Amino acid sequence: MNRTYELMFIVRPDMAEEDQDKLISTLESVVTSSSGQVKNVERMGKRRLAYKVRKFHDGIYILLTLEGSGSVIHELERRLRVTEPVIKFLTVRIDEEQKRLDKIKAIRDARRKTSVAAPAAEPTSETPAATA
Amino acid sequence: MADETRPTTAPSTEAAPTSERPDRGERRPPRSGPGGPGGRGEGPGGRKYFRRKKVCKFCVEKIEAINYKDIRLLAQFVAESGKIVPRRLSGVCTPHQRRLSSAIKQARNIALLPFAGRAS
Repeated sequence: MNRTYELMFIVRPDMAEEDQDKLISTLESVVTSSSGQVKNVERMGKRRLAYKVRKFHDGIYILLTLEGSGSVIHELERRLRVTEPVIKFLTVRIDEEQKRLDKIKAIRDARRKTSVAAPAAEPTSETPAATA
Repeated sequence: MADETRPTTAPSTEAAPTSERPDRGERRPPRSGPGGPGGRGEGPGGRKYFRRKKVCKFCVEKIEAINYKDIRLLAQFVAESGKIVPRRLSGVCTPHQRRLSSAIKQARNIALLPFAGRAS
C-alpha cells in the first residue's frame, strides 16, 4: 500500500553542501531499497527558525516528496533521529489531501463546463420527454 | 441623507456618547429595521448600525489548499502573540478553520511559525 508523504527536515546551518548531498542520497537509498520512490528533492535553503532549536537560530530546510509504505517512513524517521546534524523533521501524508483537492478541482471544472453548456443541453433534454 | 450627516456627527459621538441622543432620534425613523435589534453595532466609536459581515477568506477566494509551508497565508491567522486567531474574530468558516489550525500546528512543529511570541 503506497502512500505519498512529504518529509521536511532541518539540518544545522553549518553543514557542508556535500554532506547534505550524502545525507539525501542515503535517505533515497533507504526509500528505494524498501520499494518506495523519491519523487522530488527540494532544498529550500537557509531560513531563520521561528524559535531556537538545539541552540540554533537558523537551519537549512530540505523537503523530500516520496512514495512508499509506512515502514519506509518509520525507517527514515529512525535514521533522521540518529543523524546528528538533523535538528528537526516533520513527515506529512499528502495523498489524501491531494485527492480531496483534485476532487474539488474536478467539481469546479465540471460546474464551469455545465454552466457554459447549459443552454445547449436544455433542448436535448426536452426532446426525449416529448417523444415519450 | 443620513449618510451625509454621519461623518460630522461621528467625532462628537466618540467624545461624548450622551450628545448622540438628540440626533439619533432624528436618524432612527428611516432605518429602524436594522437599527432596532442591532444595538451592538453602535458600540465601537458610534459607527453605523451595521457591522460588516465577516466572510471566510478561504471560501471567498476559493483557496482550498491550506498547507503548512505557505507561511504567508498562515501568518495572517496568527496573532502577534503567536496564537491562532479564533473564528469569531477572523470569520473563517469551521471546515477551513479546522484545516487552518492543523496547518499552523504543523508549521510550528517545523519551526516555520513560533509557538509563542514573534518569530525571532
